Order: sequence, then C-alpha cells, then structure tokens
Amino acid sequence: MASRNSPGWTKRPDLTLIAEMVEPGTRVLDVGCGDGLLLELLTEEKGVDGRGVEISQEGVSACVSRGLSVIQGNAETDLYDYPDGAFDYAILGLTLPALHQPREILLELLRVGRRAIVSIPNSGFWRHRLHLLIEGRIPDMGAHAEGWYDTPNLHPCTIRDFVMLCRTLGIVIERRVQLDSRGRATRFHGTGAFANLFGEQAVFLLSKKNN
Amino acid sequence: MTDRQFSATAANSGNSADGFRVQLGGNKPLRLDSEAELGPFAMAYQTYGTLNQDKSNAILVCHALTGDQFILGPHPVSGRSGWWEHMVGPGKTLDTARYYVICANVLGGCMGTVGPQDINPQTGASYGLDFPVITIKDMVEAQAMLLDYLEIDQLFSVIGGSMGGMQVLQWAVSYPERCFTAVPIAAAARHSAQNIAFHEVGRQAIMADPEWSEGGYLVGDTFPVRGLAVARMAGHITYLSEAALHRKFGRELQDRAEVSYGFDADFQVESYLRHQGISFVERFDANSYLYITRAMDYFDLAAEHGGVLANAFQDVETRFCIISITSDWLYPTSESREVVRALNAVAANVSFVEIVSDKGHDAFLLDEPTMFDTLGGFLNGAAKLRGLDLT
Repeated sequence: MASRNSPGWTKRPDLTLIAEMVEPGTRVLDVGCGDGLLLELLTEEKGVDGRGVEISQEGVSACVSRGLSVIQGNAETDLYDYPDGAFDYAILGLTLPALHQPREILLELLRVGRRAIVSIPNSGFWRHRLHLLIEGRIPDMGAHAEGWYDTPNLHPCTIRDFVMLCRTLGIVIERRVQLDSRGRATRFHGTGAFANLFGEQAVFLLSKKNN
Repeated sequence: MTDRQFSATAANSGNSADGFRVQLGGNKPLRLDSEAELGPFAMAYQTYGTLNQDKSNAILVCHALTGDQFILGPHPVSGRSGWWEHMVGPGKTLDTARYYVICANVLGGCMGTVGPQDINPQTGASYGLDFPVITIKDMVEAQAMLLDYLEIDQLFSVIGGSMGGMQVLQWAVSYPERCFTAVPIAAAARHSAQNIAFHEVGRQAIMADPEWSEGGYLVGDTFPVRGLAVARMAGHITYLSEAALHRKFGRELQDRAEVSYGFDADFQVESYLRHQGISFVERFDANSYLYITRAMDYFDLAAEHGGVLANAFQDVETRFCIISITSDWLYPTSESREVVRALNAVAANVSFVEIVSDKGHDAFLLDEPTMFDTLGGFLNGAAKLRGLDLT
C-alpha cells in the first residue's frame, strides 16, 4: 500500500502536489516513474488507469511487481511511440533538467497527454543564488552529485526560465505551486519574482492553448 | 531408435505421469495456413495444479523449439528434470498451488502431438516430408482446440519463452479475448534474417546426412544422428552468450594436459557441444526439427496486418508483460522493444523489462530472480484485477 508517511514521500514533497492535481478516474502516464510511488497512490486513491516509463531495470521491476504497468525505456526516445492524446495527464517529476532535449519532451508530454504536470527543481532558489555568489561554485541542487561534472542536471532552469519557455511554446500554465525548502506550498504568486527566489521546487499544471 | 518410439507410446498411455493425449479435429479438421487440413490429430499435453471452479486460473505455457510438455520432471524419455522447474511448481512464480498450468506438445512435435514421425492415415506409413508445413499460428490454433476440449474459455495467462513467446504473441493477436494476460519472454514478432540463417544451417546439416534419406529414414529404420546432432550444436551456440561460454569453458582442455594435434575434442567446449548434440538425438526427431524451425522462420506477425505490427494489436485488451534479456543476441531486446512500441502505439496495457544477465538467450530457462520477481508481481497484480482468490 502506498503510504504518504513512507520515506519516499517525505523525500518528494512535489509528488503530493502532483497527485492533488490529477482528477480521479483518468488515464495517466508517469514519465520517469522510479519505483512507482506516485503511480501506486494514484491507482489506489484516485482509481486512475496508470502507465509508467522508467529507465532503470530496478525501478521497472519494483513497479511491475507492485502490479503497475510500466515499461523500461527512455523518455527521450520512447514517448514518440504513443498516439496523440493517449492520456489525460502526462507527468514528469523533477527530471526535466536531466533531459538532453527538455523543450522537445515538454511538447511531447502535451502531445500524448491532454494536460501535463511537470515539477522542476528551481535553480533560482535564493540558497542556490547565494551559493554561487558567495562560494563561486555551482550549487548541487539536491542532485547529490560528486561535483558539477557528474550532475544529472544537464539543463538547470529557474521557475522564470520555465515560465518563459511555456510562453514561447504557447503552453498555458493552468496552475503553479511553489515548494519552500521544507516542502511546503508557498504563498508567492503574482509576477513570480518572489516565487523564483523562495521556491525550491515548483509544480505546474499545463495545457496547450488550443485545448 | 527405441527411445523415440517410447516417447510416443509414453504419451499414448493416458497415464497422467506420462501426460495426457487427446484426439482433436475429429468433427472439423484444422485448416492450416498452408491450406492443408489436419484431423483428427493427436495432441499430447501435461497439466500441473488444479483448475478452479470458474476455470479462471488456467495458464497456458508454450514451449520452445526443443522443449516439450514436460515442464516438470522426470522426463519420460531422458529421466531428467523438466525444462522450467525454476519457474513452475508449488511456491514458484507460476505457483501450481494457485494456478492450473497447461503445456501441450506443439503441432509437428515428437512427444505425442501429431508430427512427421506419425503414421499418415492415407498411406499407412510415416508422414516424413508428406507432413504439411505448419506455422506458429497453426500451433496456436491447435492449442485453442485443446482449450475448447478442456472447456476453458479464457486463460488467466499465456506464457512462453523463445518460440513459446512467439506463440504467446500469436495468441494475443488471434484470441485476445481468451488471454487475460500475455507474457512473451526473449521472443520477437518475426524471425530475423540472422535467425533464419542459423536455422538453415541446422536444416542443411540434417538434410546432408545420408541417413536422413530424403526424410524417409523411419521406413528404412535409420536416423540422421550426425546431422541432427550438428544442428543441435549450431543451435545451442546461439542460445548462449560469448561471456557464458567463456566463463564455463574458457580455453580449458578436456581430460588432457596439452592439445593432441588432431581433431579430437581437445577443448572442453567441443566436448560439451558434442554431448549436447548426442543427447538431443535421443529425444528429438530430425524431421520435427525441420518442420518446427520452418514454422519459426515463417513467423512475421506484422506481415498479415499490412506490415504494421501495431495493427495486429488494435483493440487488444490483454495485459502484456514483455521480458527480454540483455545478453540475448538471438532475440535481442530491440526485437522486444518493437513489440512494446507497437503496443504503445495502440495505447495497449503493457509492461516491459529487460533482465540484466550475461547468460544469453537461455537465461529465460535459468534461475534469474529479477525475472521471477517481476513476473510474479505482474501476475499477482493481474490476479487481483481478475478477482482470483489466491489465498
């Protein structure tokens, strides 16, 4: 059973917010679903018809042995196999900066899903800015990397960067929630300058303009 | 060749220890892809576990090229353990305390189901090459007739590796409503040029043996022992990986300190292959080998759907769990991915995992805990959905 008190959940506060954005009984694709924590919760609590894509064998095996339908694959090559609008939601949790082609994948999410839910780590968070300013070194951003040379985050972006990209691509931000360093949803909205400073992560509910 | 004759009589006896045998197609013959008709014909099968009240816990296991219905041992001919003891049995992934596991000898086989070694009712002599060419689809049609006979409408799962996996895919395409889940392991939706090429080497080895006698060896009471053994040797290499062969044998010598400067089996790997070849001949029929390899070569699921594999799976509601093996170069992961891609294209319900193993194609027969855990979990999840009582 998925428990919101399990260590996996406390480590990933964005997942709770993502789960809240999903309407019950919908079709969901979780891209980079890991060991299936979110998918399992969505299946059990919201009765969704869930599918996942995960790159690691360990993750896929964990998911499949939980009874989830997950394929071992790479988001950057395998999303193209799904038909248009196959899902109500395509979810991408915290992995956007780790992709080689984040812009293309964002568009793909909104092709296979009528909506996309994307969470990102915010490079504009004040602590990261301060780290760069004072230490003069690239912040780790929670990636637990040995150094800048082995961080999975190939394309770090800020909340404002992401909002700008959505604007360029004609993507509508239906909802946006920032998480502070304790994983709590913050009050900052408006122009986003404060959000970009005080949000450590952000979760976006997206759709295309012509929807 | 008393051993091979024993195989047919063993399955004939109707003794459950030796498996069951049923006559199918008596009322309506099986019309083959080649348009030939077969019937009535014998089908030998084995069952493990108990069918539940509403007949919802049946799993059909499809065996591979050189396998047979004896998943669990002892094998009635060789006396050895069964070919999937790691997977099937009480407490195993295919738990016979929960599931009713059925495995039938394939059409064209030599363990009791009709094949080229059987008597052709029209001539009174062994079929030999008069036996009609069969396909994977024909094998599945025959199995469907067996299920009709057993009065099982829907299988909880159809599972198989290698050629068994091809049958699984064909099952899901031909009878999606009869397959609640489908598990093709180390398989492909078509035979590649390389697959066909290796099979052709095996067939040529058999046909080049003078004792094959144009397929009529049973009449003269001869047997192409050497040809079939060489075919098995060539085939066996393709089931293993370079790493597995190296780990097992390296360049170690067989019962000698130095090379003999001759053509004895100096190397352990040679001795091993020769043993594989000879022991295979004791339990397998040469013409069956020709017919079954041919059936595999002809397999191309997309072909009959306009060349688009996804079309084959349109509106299929079966839940798939597709498994490949990293070091399998005979049915590589890329072939399984083609199937996954096609299933995704029609938004089918599919799980796919690539098992990390350096043991090659045959890893599906071996003790691979990740494969068991993944498949076991998949079946548990599906059982819940199917409402199976698994207490």
